[in-house]
Amino acid sequence: MDGRQEFESHSSEPPVVVEMRGIIKRFPGVLANDHVDFKLYQGEIHALLGENGAGKSTLMNILAGLYRPDAGEIYVKGKLVHFSSPRDAIKAGIGMIHQHFMLVPSQTVTENILLGLDQPRFILRLSEYHQKIAEFAERFGLKIDPKAKIWQLSVGEQQRVEILKMLYRGADILIMDEPTAVLAPQEIEALFITLRKMVSEGKSIIFISHKLHEVMEIADRVSVLSKGKVTASGVPAKGITRQELARLMVGREVLFRLDKKEQAPGDVVLQVEDLHAENDKGLPALRGVSLTVRAGEIVGLAGVAGNGQRELAQVITGLRKCTKGKILLNGEDITNQPVSYSIQRGLGHIPEDRTHVGTSPNLSITDNVIMKKYRQPPIARGMVIDMNQASQFAQQLVATYDIMVPTIRTPARLLSGGNLQKVILAREISGNPRLLVAVQPTRGLDVGAIEGIQRLLLTQREAGAAILLISEELEELISLSDRIYVIYEGKIMGEVTDGNIEVIGLMMTGTPMEQIRQGVQ
Amino acid sequence: MDPIIILQAGVASGTVLLFATIGEIFAERSGVLNLGVEGMMLLGAMSAFSITVKTGNPWLGLLVAMLAGGLISQIHAFISIHLQADQVVSGLALGFLATGISLVLGEGLSKAGTVSLMPSFSIPVLSQIPIVGPIFFTRHSVLTYFGYLLIPAAWYYINHTRPGMNLRAIGEFPAAADTLGINIYRLRYFYVFLGGVMAGLAGATISLAIAPGWFSEMTTAGQGWIAVGLVIFAQWDPIRAAFGSYTFGALRRLILDIQGPTTILGLRNPFYYNPYWGFFLQMLPYAFTIIVLVIGSREAIRKRLGAPAALGTPYIRGERGL
Ligand SMILES: Nc1ncnc2c1ncn2[C@@H]1O[C@H](COP(=O)(O)OP(=O)(O)OP(=O)(O)O)[C@@H](O)[C@H]1O
Ligand SMILES: [Mg+2]
Repeated sequence: MDGRQEFESHSSEPPVVVEMRGIIKRFPGVLANDHVDFKLYQGEIHALLGENGAGKSTLMNILAGLYRPDAGEIYVKGKLVHFSSPRDAIKAGIGMIHQHFMLVPSQTVTENILLGLDQPRFILRLSEYHQKIAEFAERFGLKIDPKAKIWQLSVGEQQRVEILKMLYRGADILIMDEPTAVLAPQEIEALFITLRKMVSEGKSIIFISHKLHEVMEIADRVSVLSKGKVTASGVPAKGITRQELARLMVGREVLFRLDKKEQAPGDVVLQVEDLHAENDKGLPALRGVSLTVRAGEIVGLAGVAGNGQRELAQVITGLRKCTKGKILLNGEDITNQPVSYSIQRGLGHIPEDRTHVGTSPNLSITDNVIMKKYRQPPIARGMVIDMNQASQFAQQLVATYDIMVPTIRTPARLLSGGNLQKVILAREISGNPRLLVAVQPTRGLDVGAIEGIQRLLLTQREAGAAILLISEELEELISLSDRIYVIYEGKIMGEVTDGNIEVIGLMMTGTPMEQIRQGVQ
Repeated sequence: MDPIIILQAGVASGTVLLFATIGEIFAERSGVLNLGVEGMMLLGAMSAFSITVKTGNPWLGLLVAMLAGGLISQIHAFISIHLQADQVVSGLALGFLATGISLVLGEGLSKAGTVSLMPSFSIPVLSQIPIVGPIFFTRHSVLTYFGYLLIPAAWYYINHTRPGMNLRAIGEFPAAADTLGINIYRLRYFYVFLGGVMAGLAGATISLAIAPGWFSEMTTAGQGWIAVGLVIFAQWDPIRAAFGSYTFGALRRLILDIQGPTTILGLRNPFYYNPYWGFFLQMLPYAFTIIVLVIGSREAIRKRLGAPAALGTPYIRGERGL
């Protein structure tokens, strides 16, 4: 009797569209999914939560036909299915929008949507399809230029293409793996409107996110994974609190309050004067940025993505040349100096791209943490690296910073986002930096990991480091920073010391501080 | 030293490069670099010639050459697509293997004498056009005319058909294509096969039409390598490839012809009086190839030239990071 799931609708309950039973998935050294049961009802938004590495993406990749489970059964609309490729899943109406977008950058929106379909048969008359796709997008309230190449689009637009791609294939079960991680607040609002519209049309959505307030806002029910096991299954989202959600995920209380000690800032450590720089396309990205960061203070830089934050961080850390202006570190000119020059003078950097810039993915954790130390004793012994010393050092960091790793010989790419970030922080902080430039240090991390990273930053502040924190998370900026600069189109709009969110918001959309002050008077 | 004749001969000998280059463009567009072009061409030249010697039917020779090129390319396909080995190493190994096979099987073939070749003819009306007519439409091999048709066809296929769109996708971002149900492995095998077929065709074009006969390694004389360089030079585009191939063909011919006359433009011809200078001229295409390959192997430059982003990397589903 148990073998077949009935596709029934009880009195009030909507029908079950997906049921996963006893899913097991092993990767070398990890049990990513351990007897996972999961149920999705029609017309609901079901949030899937869990720490980094809990197995959420793995479970969803199984549902989307990308991975095969080692054991377990999947029922879609009451029928037992065996997906051997994503094509089978798409046929069953399941479409997944991946954590990293699956779009071909050199192709147009239309081409990306048509990719892999049987129609058109042979000749591709794109002009016909441009029209068709524009109309299709309009129906779902998703504005997009079908002729644009993917690389020309913002992340929010790219996500719309991903959604359209799935809708165009007739998907009525949509899996979204951390769709909001890379979006600006306005884009998130727009996405939520789209999602609500889709469920009102009878589609069902699985929504993965680490941002608990979003989950409370958008989800109907919540399931939680922890270390591969289900710890909560289909709990109604109504009335649940952030604390409860966090406890379900992490298995302990998470304080959403940071104790930031009052302390007077010291000498100026970083001084940036009238900085100009260009972006990758050769267009001006910074147009005269000046700012200072003192010892023992965290200075935030707020702004909508793409207003020059990335370039500023790169210029300060020596990864990009500036065309004009000056950067002083402890009074010493480091403008356009090689990176090693600044590192020797106390620069620490937590880059935005933790998998490619922050670490070398195929090297071991040991190799990754000694990257700034291997030239000096005790790790360097003449020409050779003392591997014993290196391992000891790595072991010590793993213990001090509470990094969860199988062994210190594990390649960095196998770590979860949170642990990878801790490896980077451990490396940077262990060098006792005078200046720490942290770019999006908590993006994509779970609440527990975020708390850990934020604590570490505050400890560094107390230890007297100057910290420049670049983030798109206003809440994080306000709770951590002593002062906040706002950047807009490569210019600093002003500085806020009281964390006034309205003023920050106005400056983020291009109103300079002076104008806001005049408006108040 | 009639320029029309040099250009006419250039188009003919450029056809060899054209076939090999377009074939390699297809393979590389799918994400697989195949450095065995030279060997596959040699195999094609040898099998085309030997089959024609035995049967007297050049068409059969042509067919066998294409099949031979296609089949041997599957060794590289298996090693680099399925076993996910380094494509450079595997391609080089394929080249040596194919060269070896050709030399062994081609033993004694050079004394085979004359055979019937692919037919050549002039195109009625078109050959009357001044300049263009004599260069492109007069007394060319049927293969050269086939080359003219191939250029727009390949371009159209890549840019304006559904399979062409899928081809571009698997070379740029295979993971995206995979999530949409495109069978990356099957397509890559197919395009490597196509590359092999075209290399075989290029070889057959030498031994049955352009420079008939079998002269061991000197039959292809490194043209496969020039084709690999031309792919980069052409930025993976068949039309540019055609331009490059014919230019190189004309250049090869010019280098040979320039050593003939005693005077050029009324001046003493240094290449006539110093015959060994000619060797340096003959070196030029290869020097160019080396320079293009060296420059083209730089990641940043490749990106700017528009190389398929996944070129040279095996696709493994669900692989983390990288
Ligand atoms: N292809 C793979 N090869 C080896 N190990 C893997 C692979 N994919 C995932 N893992 C491991 O499986 C576990 C679950 O990973 P998964 O990506 O599903 O986590 P997640 O819940 O999505 O985390 P995050 O919130 O960071 O996205 C992790 O320990 C991860 O390191
Ligand atoms: Mg994930």
